[in-house]
Amino acid sequence: MSSVLYDTPGPRARTRNVVLSVVFFVLLGLVLWWAAMKLDDKGQWAWALWKPFTTSEAWTTYLLPGLGNTLKAAALSMVIALPLGAIFGIARMSDHRWVRIPAGVVVEFFRAIPVLLLMLFAGEFYVRSTDIPSDSRPLYAVITGLVLYNASVLAEVVRAGILSLPKGQTEAAYAIGLRKGQTMAGILLPQAVTAMLPAIVSQLVVIVKDTALGGVMLQFTDLLNARSTLAANYANVIQSFAVVAVLYIVLNFLLTSFASWLEGRLRRSTRGTGAVLGAGTVEDLNAGEVGGSAPAGKTG
Amino acid sequence: MFDFLEGYDVLGAFWTTVQLTVFSGVGSLVWGILLAGMRVSPVPLMRGFGTAYVNIVRNIPLTIIILFTSLGLADIFGVTMGAEDFKIQGFRLAVLGLIAYTAAFVCEAIRSGINTVPLGQAEAARAIGLSFSQTLRLIVLPQALRSVIGPLANVLIALTKNTTVAAAIGVAEAATLMKTMIENEAQTVAIGAVFALGFVVLTLPTGLLLGWLGKRLAVKR
Amino acid sequence: MKLRKVTAASAVVLALAVSVTACGGDKKDDASGGKKIKIGIKFDQPGLGLKQPDGSFSGFDVDVATYVAKKLGYQPKQIEWVETKSADRENALQRGDVKFIAATYSITDERKQKVDFAGPYLLAHQDLLVKKGSDITKGTDLNSKKLCSVTGSTSAQNVQKTIAPKANLRPLSGYSECVAGLQSGAVDALTTDDSILAGFAAQDKYKGQFQLTGLKLSNENYGIGVKKGDSATVDKINKALEQMVADKSWDKAVEKNFGPAQYKNEPAPKIGDIVK
Repeated sequence: MSSVLYDTPGPRARTRNVVLSVVFFVLLGLVLWWAAMKLDDKGQWAWALWKPFTTSEAWTTYLLPGLGNTLKAAALSMVIALPLGAIFGIARMSDHRWVRIPAGVVVEFFRAIPVLLLMLFAGEFYVRSTDIPSDSRPLYAVITGLVLYNASVLAEVVRAGILSLPKGQTEAAYAIGLRKGQTMAGILLPQAVTAMLPAIVSQLVVIVKDTALGGVMLQFTDLLNARSTLAANYANVIQSFAVVAVLYIVLNFLLTSFASWLEGRLRRSTRGTGAVLGAGTVEDLNAGEVGGSAPAGKTG
Repeated sequence: MFDFLEGYDVLGAFWTTVQLTVFSGVGSLVWGILLAGMRVSPVPLMRGFGTAYVNIVRNIPLTIIILFTSLGLADIFGVTMGAEDFKIQGFRLAVLGLIAYTAAFVCEAIRSGINTVPLGQAEAARAIGLSFSQTLRLIVLPQALRSVIGPLANVLIALTKNTTVAAAIGVAEAATLMKTMIENEAQTVAIGAVFALGFVVLTLPTGLLLGWLGKRLAVKR
Repeated sequence: MKLRKVTAASAVVLALAVSVTACGGDKKDDASGGKKIKIGIKFDQPGLGLKQPDGSFSGFDVDVATYVAKKLGYQPKQIEWVETKSADRENALQRGDVKFIAATYSITDERKQKVDFAGPYLLAHQDLLVKKGSDITKGTDLNSKKLCSVTGSTSAQNVQKTIAPKANLRPLSGYSECVAGLQSGAVDALTTDDSILAGFAAQDKYKGQFQLTGLKLSNENYGIGVKKGDSATVDKINKALEQMVADKSWDKAVEKNFGPAQYKNEPAPKIGDIVK
């Protein structure tokens, strides 16, 4: 797509690009150099501050348990929020008003409240109405808060995905005698999920990051919360933030890489089905629209 | 029942939340558009920078970014945002951090909007001899922006709630006041409910208004 | 087809997630042999309650809690330490998550409506931590100085309301961040309870760099929080605390945890004697 926005660079444009690149590179380099110098001024490169991360205790006592909790909460929330989001997204488009309106209210309501507060209320709910042991209660509360919020956002993403599909898909499904439920499950939802995969993935990244809210008021020892205990021991605030930030980046990078691998596979299979149906041209047109036109519902 | 509200400036705190949201919203829209421009630009290094920026910033929890503005930018690099008073400095740094973070999401939303603009539009623009920046500014972005009002509304709602993270560097917004009240009054859930209601009041109309606007302004094709 | 692949993928994720939780569950079962007592402490406050790299816990609160637990009939091995953040202390007690809490828990009237307190076991004061040789010696010196404290804490509120309303107050999310700022010169002073400050000043990394001003800007009576109405436990803990003072274990704990900071602690408070 980006190549459509400008002509293939000729000799002059190429020179200009090279000059711009060099200027940009030099500026970036200067900023980085200045930053490194400043850090040095303040003694932030001191080995004593970084050394703890080479010891196994720092990892086994603080970071790995924290990372484990982050992963556990994120994975479970994803697994629950994805189907729930699909259900609510579909429910919002129901022909029955008594399904559509409550689903809409639920989705709008949970999208409007900060996740931190949802977790807080969930924790309180579990105390009052269940006998979940206190050890695992923070985990349950964190997952509940994340699921409620992210399922609502995912519901909107799924809905936008389904709405972005060409009408012909539904009409064709009805024409071959599929019922509403079959059309949704067999025709619309798979295409919508494939089309909205980028938006869905960025929401999954949000889930991973939002697990960090569990440590703010509940006793959930996630990665970010474990960091504060670590920094209290080693007195390396800046360094611990840097290491934890890198861990989050790596974690989310793995997640997005996996998703784009999955996206590639799903897209290929779309084309495959098209060939079997023997409607190559039409399918190609639709594929273009499906891939491109879906407005992505991204949130932070 | 709500006697714990006495003596606290809840409205004032939410006013700060609104200010944070507005300043960061405008800032991240501008920076986000610039980033999106970089990501589709003809200069490879700018494209690389845009991509790297978005992929790194989006993957870090906001708390770390906000704390970095204060502990890193202000303390180590001496970027005090022209204010020695921590109240003002904290606010400005928080806006800076929120912009840096939210812009990554704005950029991605706009990029998906650029994808919805039919190829013919850009081709026609080039055919009449417009340069890259003219094509982007005059033809593609105006159409792209109108088609992503929905996603941008989501970003704005998320931003409104994300301002609570500014509490980490002590900006006197809603979440900071909430912490203070919980510390003093020992009534976590009741206080939490009041603040949850406040956020519903802030975000619901935003979502509805922008949703309506998005429908009105959508490019009919 | 597609649906099946999506289902398969989610099944894999589900299986992963379940196995992850299963692992977590196993570990818990191993640990719970015999009767246990759960005690709430802070995990990130050197000198009071700190989780150390080897996984053990240290600090004055920890020592007091260990002593009390012993008198209640629990060996150190039977103690399960639970992190109780400030915002969650009352709830943790009300819910019965922990038997008692020793986590820099000042006795106040608002809190007494929600939980019962044993003790006090330490009389702390709001104080200032400054760099060695700083010219800040009294509360009013803080006006126009940069002062760090933790968001929402009572110490931050005290400064704004009474001690030095013109101080340039910087609220941060944790004491470690404040101490780092003090070291780098980003702030001139850090304020909270002297016991907490002494804990940081006594850390190896910071030894000899900071000093306490010794100002008594407020009275913080640290108590042991117990579930409301559990007066039997309160009585037992009070008795244990009296013994701890009587057999000098209290003094030893103070010396061990705050000694290196030249912290002039108050003598052990009398049970039920709350200094306003």
